[in-house]
Amino acid sequence: MKIGIDVGGTNTDAVLMDGRTVVAWTKSPTTSDVTSGIISALKTIIADANLDVAQVDGVMIGTTHFTNAVVERKHLQPTACIRLGLPATVCLPPMVDWPDDLREEIGGHYYLAHGGHEFDGREISPFNEEEIRQIAQQIKDQGITAIAISSVFSPVNTIFETQTADIVREVIPDANITLSSEIGRIGLLERENAAIMNSCLRELAGRTVNGFKNALAEMNITAPFFISQNDGTLMNADFAAEYPVLTFASGPTNSMRGAAFLSGLKDAIVVDVGGTTTDVGVLQNGFPRVAALAVDIGGVRTNFRMPDTYSIGLGGGSLVERDPIKVGPRSVGYEITEKALVFGGDILTATDILVATGKADVGDAAKVASVGKDFASQVEAEIMDMTTIAVDRMKTSATPVPVVVVGGGSILIQKDIPGSSELIKPSHFSVANAIGAAIAQVGGECDRIFSLAEMSRDEALDQAKKEASDRAIAAGATPESIEIVDVEEVPLAYLPGNATRIMVKAVGDLKGS
Amino acid sequence: MLSQVGLDDITPIAIGAGILGTGGGGNPYLGSLHLRQLIKEYGPQTTINPYDLADDAKVVIVGGIGAPTVSIEKLSEGTEMLRAIRLLEKHLREQFDAIVIAEIGGSNSMNPMIAGLQAGIPTIDSDSMGRAFPEIQMSSFLFNDDVRVAPFAMTDARGTNVVVPQTTSDKWAERIARNLVVSMGARGALADTVMTGAQVKEYGIHYTLTLAHALGRQVMQSQKDGDDVPQVIADMLEGRLLLRGKIVDVERRTTKGFARGTVTINSHSGSDQLKIELQNEFLIAYMNGEAIVTVPDLICIVTEETGEPVTTELLRYGTRVAVMGVPAPEKLKTAQALDVVGPKAFGYDEVFKPLPGGVIGKELF
Repeated sequence: MKIGIDVGGTNTDAVLMDGRTVVAWTKSPTTSDVTSGIISALKTIIADANLDVAQVDGVMIGTTHFTNAVVERKHLQPTACIRLGLPATVCLPPMVDWPDDLREEIGGHYYLAHGGHEFDGREISPFNEEEIRQIAQQIKDQGITAIAISSVFSPVNTIFETQTADIVREVIPDANITLSSEIGRIGLLERENAAIMNSCLRELAGRTVNGFKNALAEMNITAPFFISQNDGTLMNADFAAEYPVLTFASGPTNSMRGAAFLSGLKDAIVVDVGGTTTDVGVLQNGFPRVAALAVDIGGVRTNFRMPDTYSIGLGGGSLVERDPIKVGPRSVGYEITEKALVFGGDILTATDILVATGKADVGDAAKVASVGKDFASQVEAEIMDMTTIAVDRMKTSATPVPVVVVGGGSILIQKDIPGSSELIKPSHFSVANAIGAAIAQVGGECDRIFSLAEMSRDEALDQAKKEASDRAIAAGATPESIEIVDVEEVPLAYLPGNATRIMVKAVGDLKGS
Repeated sequence: MLSQVGLDDITPIAIGAGILGTGGGGNPYLGSLHLRQLIKEYGPQTTINPYDLADDAKVVIVGGIGAPTVSIEKLSEGTEMLRAIRLLEKHLREQFDAIVIAEIGGSNSMNPMIAGLQAGIPTIDSDSMGRAFPEIQMSSFLFNDDVRVAPFAMTDARGTNVVVPQTTSDKWAERIARNLVVSMGARGALADTVMTGAQVKEYGIHYTLTLAHALGRQVMQSQKDGDDVPQVIADMLEGRLLLRGKIVDVERRTTKGFARGTVTINSHSGSDQLKIELQNEFLIAYMNGEAIVTVPDLICIVTEETGEPVTTELLRYGTRVAVMGVPAPEKLKTAQALDVVGPKAFGYDEVFKPLPGGVIGKELF
């Protein structure tokens, strides 16, 4: 049996799953220490299922904790960046495009050194051991232990980054080092940004993962636990403590993966209705479609492949105005259980409207008797219009597609959405993200530039697929379960010689699942 | 007309240049970061009206050359363009008075300001394309018998400096430069096409920096006002909004040594389908099978909601876009120009069918 937990900004959700069956689930408020919220959620599902914790094979946790830390500029460690590539790259030093307050928060320390590679693997300049040793000494003298290392074209060849890390560790034995090649793809500034953010989050990540461990220990759960990452695959907990940035987009990814699992559909539109917003995304082959453009996290440009979602200000707690009729974007949010009319409050929310139309049954229906059926129907039509437009924006053709509705505010959607072939509201829709965490697989990626002058396209594709598969296996996937889920080829513009950038993603089932 | 480029002008120029890049030309983002630093250090860069140049002024084209995918990884050393200028000056034993913009579309929109600030000479509000093109000989300065690409100078981040004194044709200059830049790690700077002030006045596509700036400013304002941004762009460029819809297919292939592709966009109603042939830029647009926009007229794809340019590298299944056809500058439409930048020069059998009107190359702002 597996336990999936989603630690969101508002709620901590937990599910207990036996194979493909949801045995127990709960939603409880997220606590500021994170740990006690998890313990309370675990207690509930263990009691509900009358579970012997020895039967738990694995615990999967999804969290937005690290994203929030960057956005709120909290718990960030002073960090130094060493970049290898001289004489190239001088004109745009590390953190050049960061918001000033964030750069100042972590100190803005950077060092440029020789090294780096060309796109075809040649060295830009030779690696200089003495130069790195001096830089490491300067970093040590400032008392900084969090260090990010980037090197030009390190996705092609990682050697200079690893050599630098070895030397830095000799000088600063307790250094916390992130190599850009371990977490990013081509695009030096974006990859380096991710590496720096990773290093400055490490301390928090270590503490948080320890908190997760303590929560599990307190419940006597000894099964291995995993953290879900941006692409919906898992990393083991110790790895997550090392690579917190890889969790940045796990929230929306988990809810979409959970929707795919619950509905049994691989291609569909997912509408995730929360308390304040509704996120609409697209499932392609069981995975979220990713956004094409660079994504900002707390004002810092990254090239993480984030799910392409469209958000509107509509949720279960959305405020409803009468004249003219308007729903959202203001919301009572998590206070809905105190402030909505049906719960004895004095604010008219979207949830009250659906109870007034008789289509939903939550709280006390008598408290919305005065709302008026006609008015309620008009507001419901407005809610449907907002949802229909959002769904239509994300659709890839005029052909009707299935729409899966999940999330705590799902009661707002009671009718078929125009343009959809069917409306699916799976059981346990309100904890789709915890389910997405519980069912996650492990994955591996390859992103490199291949010269098709030296090998055929098929050979290059095979090699990229093998590299991605090997990485998935190294991450814990069983070899027989490996599947290639994404292949992207981009020929390099304005360049003869048929150089092509190939990106491949492989996923597989975790050993023992 | 824009008389100088300061900090607040960078973002509008980058937006306008992205739209005029017709899917290619590289992203101006990194160049705009570099220019920002230089303006903070040296102050705004002066830009001058081409007609204010002395007839005997010595001017040169400066820009970057190479693969945009490499340029986002191997960032510039920073003085590549300055070194190329100095190298060519040394070779010719004369000094340049001003810099001409190589191409206003894409990343080369920022480079002439960067190089100008470093060299201490102004940037002329005139370029060779009014858009983006893949090869050096595709330049309005060269559709005549008296201006040539060579002599030219090239440099790279490692410190390589090359001068090519002469080539047998501009097409050969392109071949030599292209092979040099591959050896340089697919990224270099180029100073070429040395001219007089009189030649710039006669052959250049004028006021395109001012146009990019005005276009970008209008896009930013329209985004803020919640206007229909794609329509605003089309109106401003006297272009035609061809279709709003979703990308339903992106196909790429390599034929005759060219990386080619086709992007298919279906209108929201499902009644119309637009197929666009692309190489490094968008080149021919077919509406329901009929060619309706042909190179050198511009085909611009922008996101439907915010009007952000969509480059060939960002084409993804499902993106919602608006597509417009924009009339090319007059100087690209002559018989001599069409031999170099018309559909046949890119390997297509279509005949150039010009869109009516057009503002690129005219003084409007």
